[in-house]
Amino acid sequence: MAEQAPALKRAQPLTLRDRLSHVMNSVISVLSFVVLVIFALAMILPFIFSIANSFKTLPDINANPQRLLPSDLDEDGWPDFSIQGYREVAAGDFPRWTFNSFAYSLSVMISHLILDSLAGYALARLRFPGRDAVFMGIIGTMMIPGIVLLIPRFIILKQLGMINTFAGLVLPVMADAFGIFMMKQFFESIPREIEEAAKVDGANRLMIFARVVMPMSTPALTALAIFGFQGAWNDFMTPLIVVASDKNLYTLPLGLALLRGFAGSQFRWDTFLAGSIVTTLPMAIIFFVLQRYFVEGIAYAGLKG
Amino acid sequence: MIQFFGRSYDREDLIAGVLFILPAALIFLIFLVIPIVFAVAISFTDWNGISPPSEANGVGLANYEALLTQPGIRQSDFFKALKNTVYYVIGVVPTQTALALLLAVIVNQRWLKAKGFFRTAFYFPSITSSVVISLIFMWLFTRGGLINYLIGRIFPGYNPVNWLDDPTGLIHNILGLLGVTLRSAPDWVRTKVLGLTIWDWISGPSTTMISIMLLNIWTTSGTMMVIFLAALQDIPRHLYEAAYVDGATGWRAFWSITLPMLRPTIFFVVTIGMIGCFQVFDQIFVISSGGPAKTTLTIAWMVYRNGFMNSDMGLAAATAFVLFIIIFSLTLLQRRLIGERMQI
Repeated sequence: MAEQAPALKRAQPLTLRDRLSHVMNSVISVLSFVVLVIFALAMILPFIFSIANSFKTLPDINANPQRLLPSDLDEDGWPDFSIQGYREVAAGDFPRWTFNSFAYSLSVMISHLILDSLAGYALARLRFPGRDAVFMGIIGTMMIPGIVLLIPRFIILKQLGMINTFAGLVLPVMADAFGIFMMKQFFESIPREIEEAAKVDGANRLMIFARVVMPMSTPALTALAIFGFQGAWNDFMTPLIVVASDKNLYTLPLGLALLRGFAGSQFRWDTFLAGSIVTTLPMAIIFFVLQRYFVEGIAYAGLKG
Repeated sequence: MIQFFGRSYDREDLIAGVLFILPAALIFLIFLVIPIVFAVAISFTDWNGISPPSEANGVGLANYEALLTQPGIRQSDFFKALKNTVYYVIGVVPTQTALALLLAVIVNQRWLKAKGFFRTAFYFPSITSSVVISLIFMWLFTRGGLINYLIGRIFPGYNPVNWLDDPTGLIHNILGLLGVTLRSAPDWVRTKVLGLTIWDWISGPSTTMISIMLLNIWTTSGTMMVIFLAALQDIPRHLYEAAYVDGATGWRAFWSITLPMLRPTIFFVVTIGMIGCFQVFDQIFVISSGGPAKTTLTIAWMVYRNGFMNSDMGLAAATAFVLFIIIFSLTLLQRRLIGERMQI
């Protein structure tokens, strides 16, 4: 028994240094776990407290933000949850803004799926004059900070008479350089032979693209769809410059931000918290269902970007 | 086959290629390239954003001069915004990069259970709307809010800080603790450099700005952690095994294997962090509108304020291009600095 593998290691007596480093390693492990838990709590608790407080009355939110349950009890002795904030949200413009947010995000998502993949495929597979120049141009636009586009976008939309229109909101962001780049990279990773085979069978390029290439690209398309939807759902700057003076066209982030503007110093935190939860919920659901693709997508963006 | 400039192309591929790229290319042309050219032209006029642009008057370089060289409120506002933005970048970028790296290294440990849970927890803030996060942070940072409550529980004698309405600068406050105030400071600190006194330049970020910086660190660390995590998993394991056989400790391995292998990722994270920070806008819009006492005035916020609140599109366009040049040159500079080190 003494000759077994684990015993071999023990054949040499542990030096003090070995023991010290062993203790040190355990201490570091415990410490780093504590650090991790503290930061995880810091990330999660603001959301937990926001959700909890959104079900309390305004005076209770202001007096006891630290309590997760309402201070008052109902006649049966249960915590008396208040849905006043949500009631105001439902009665106000929020249903309209929620609809607009969905319309905006889905339009952007669908157009990215189509335009970005078409362009990505052309850049990956189809040889035409000026292809490299077009590719460099598209990559170049990624270097332009969004804030620099604020004024130019406003100017062109004003010239085209598209300020305060839904088209003005969607058209400028229908294609996206990062998505094109991502799709190009992905299409290049597909073996050419599959397309060649379809070509021999007499299919034209559009048919090959639609029937052969696209069905093989679900992982990349899912990431593309998520990025498109998320970007538009959380977008604040585009709606702000395009539709800020037409309340009927607000999206949720714009509506929330401008409500805060009208509030001055009188904050209806019950309404704001309820509105924040309503704005976050659809994205949160998508995130928890498609989590894998989010993390893969962002990692992909990080490595290739 | 078709010939173009001495090269031959497959006819069908050529037509398909042009048709496939056309929709996206048109969108970029109409809503990106042409507008930018247009805006460059606008930056040399006094267009107010309301009347037709053809009625605007050319003013030459006046907008750029008003921002950069001509003494006055516009120059002092611009350099105030530049100062605030620079403090913001210096405070946020290193902190979030270091924090993201630390968390990624911990999550990447083999002994750690529930990796998925931690990754989700850290990533969740990045999928939340910036407006929502700003509102939640405002609520947390109000005078009677949870942050002050928490600090009060830990330090019983704590006098609540008015986070969202406190223009005092961090460095000024520290100097104050050391007994140095504007009154006791030597005369030369009142010298004006580029529209601001030296005393103003060294203010440090205001308390309100620090709240917004914390918000940004909180939001972006998670995204960057996921990027670092992916890069960490790409480092070949045998490198570490070889190092441990040679008797290296975990700490040594981190400095001589992990960090050098992560250099491109660190460059990427610092670059996108910096580009993002220079554009800080949504949070300022929701939380502070540039106040109190212009201590959260940032260049990005100034672009919006000049153009849409003060109806001076020419000045706003000029501000945007100055910002673009700043971001662009910093990216190039950084590429050169880190790029050179990478070759060693």
